[in-house]
Amino acid sequence: MSPSRRCVQVLNEALHELFAERDDVLLLGEDVLDPYGGAFKVTQGLSDRFPDRVLTTPISEASLFGVAAGLALRGQRPILEIMFGDFIALGFDQIVNGISKFREMYDGQVTVPLVVRTPMGGRRGYGPTHSQSLEKLLLGVPNLCVVAISECHDLRGLLHAAVEDERPVFLIENKLMYGRPHRRPEDGHVGELAVRETGARYPALTFSGNGFAEASVTVVTYGGMLPIVLDAVTELILEHELFCEVVALSQLLPVELEPVLESVARTGALVTAEEGTLTGGFGAEIAARVSELAWSDLRRPVRRVAARDGIIPSARPLEDAVLPSAADVVEAILALEGVRS
Amino acid sequence: MSGTPLAALYERMVFIRRFEETLLDLFSQGKLVGTTHTYIGQEANGVGVIDHLDPARDVVFSNHRCHGHYLAFTDDAFGLLSEVMGKATGTCGGKGGSQHLCRGNFYSNGVLGSIVPVATGIALAEKRKGTGAVSTVFLGDGTLGEGVTYESLNLASLWKLPVLFVVENNHYAQSTPVELELAGSIPARAQAFGIETDELDTTDVEEIHAAAGRALARIRETGEPFFLVLHTYRFSPHSKGDDNRDPAEIAERRLRDPLLVAGARLAESERAAIEARCEARLAETVAAAEAAPDAVPEAA
Repeated sequence: MSPSRRCVQVLNEALHELFAERDDVLLLGEDVLDPYGGAFKVTQGLSDRFPDRVLTTPISEASLFGVAAGLALRGQRPILEIMFGDFIALGFDQIVNGISKFREMYDGQVTVPLVVRTPMGGRRGYGPTHSQSLEKLLLGVPNLCVVAISECHDLRGLLHAAVEDERPVFLIENKLMYGRPHRRPEDGHVGELAVRETGARYPALTFSGNGFAEASVTVVTYGGMLPIVLDAVTELILEHELFCEVVALSQLLPVELEPVLESVARTGALVTAEEGTLTGGFGAEIAARVSELAWSDLRRPVRRVAARDGIIPSARPLEDAVLPSAADVVEAILALEGVRS
Repeated sequence: MSGTPLAALYERMVFIRRFEETLLDLFSQGKLVGTTHTYIGQEANGVGVIDHLDPARDVVFSNHRCHGHYLAFTDDAFGLLSEVMGKATGTCGGKGGSQHLCRGNFYSNGVLGSIVPVATGIALAEKRKGTGAVSTVFLGDGTLGEGVTYESLNLASLWKLPVLFVVENNHYAQSTPVELELAGSIPARAQAFGIETDELDTTDVEEIHAAAGRALARIRETGEPFFLVLHTYRFSPHSKGDDNRDPAEIAERRLRDPLLVAGARLAESERAAIEARCEARLAETVAAAEAAPDAVPEAA
């Protein structure tokens, strides 16, 4: 495996492969045609090779979610690219009152196998409406499958699994991740960290700095926060000789708790880390469930690291102050340790 | 299909009328819960249009006021009645209820406008598959207030999709008269997107049938969308008892009841025979639905 391959290339190749394998797959999105190839270049080369199956669309996200639903109801496998994750807000009627409901409210007579691919995340100075991590809004919508990819996950496998899924799948990508190297585990390691991967359709990765020996804290995270959390736990090892486990989920909904509970059983403490805003977020849901199911394993209250509840300002120093950093993760973990007996 | 005798169209209209009146009766007897939006007065639209569709190939996406469309397309009175009654034998096992139906190529959903892009996507799928199906979507004057309707008109025209948009302008969005909710011309909305239109102000099922036949022939010939505007009127309330309209206005409209218009062209004996058949079928359907088992939650 070439260490220099970037995530965007891996996703692009996976799309090419999927299109070659299945002729019921089509992609819709804004500015996806070559030579432009999408705002983040994930669809590069696809329309030249499959001109009938790559549809560039008007700027009509609210309808495009419905169009994709109609395609899926009638046996196609649409992939809808939403240029910025922020724009899923335009599609919420279709998501909440159509896409997520058709299968159950029609008593299982239909399926809606569509994939929505969209990049979330800030740290590029794009400002309040082009930087958010809105996937938490999807977590309260029953019957959706929400999958967040990270640079350490099998991107090809996740994309294939999403297209083959009979459920509607939101594949949450990340803007910074596109340009970063794809860092798959090799010989059970990513860098110095040992990694275990679940066998689920959308696997979780668990990282350990000491070969899964005793650790102090579990950090659960996903997507674009993973490299930030890995930096934080590496710093804790080097500067504080403190070992943590990191659980990087890919399946956010339905909530996948097993790998989190397994790790918490070993560490007895939990920190959640997400780039979305704090209130009503991913971390809140995980914290509630772990408290219900593993109260006796927890030595300390769960702590959450997230963005401040507010806008994401454009100016970089202001943006940096709002979004969770490695230092914030370190601080949360040390705060737990500070009260450790 | 285009040669369907008037008596057959009349029978479908009578059955829909009596079905809907029966639902209102069952509500008042407390045998139904939830809601219904009856099609009373608009029967000629659904019957006239849907007679040209092939249920094995074509697709219909309907709205909250979907019973008439459903019966005209599927003829499944027992599935519909037991669905509305919350029975396990309902078309969606009691999960959908009055506004959320699915059977074969028929779908409905309860949020105005929401259905229009989905019907557009269905047309795209059928075009890609080369099935020759037309995707018909029923809107109302109220739906014209929803922005996705216009996005869908743009997409259907841009991508040359076989969609029949049927606007049933019944002059009221719930309680709000069309004059308070709609500016400009209805057909001009579609014309602005380069979509062919036709517009009728009639309760005559034969006129509607002929116009729908022309519209569908155009779609099948060109593969492109068509926008059919049918000015109409509902005699019954928006839902069950919520009606503040002037009774004189309703009475005036009832003079042009589609059943009277069509019925006048049939011999009295034929009309009586049709009405008797509809009553008998309806009584059987009600008895069967009442006897059917209630929907029960699946074991957790």
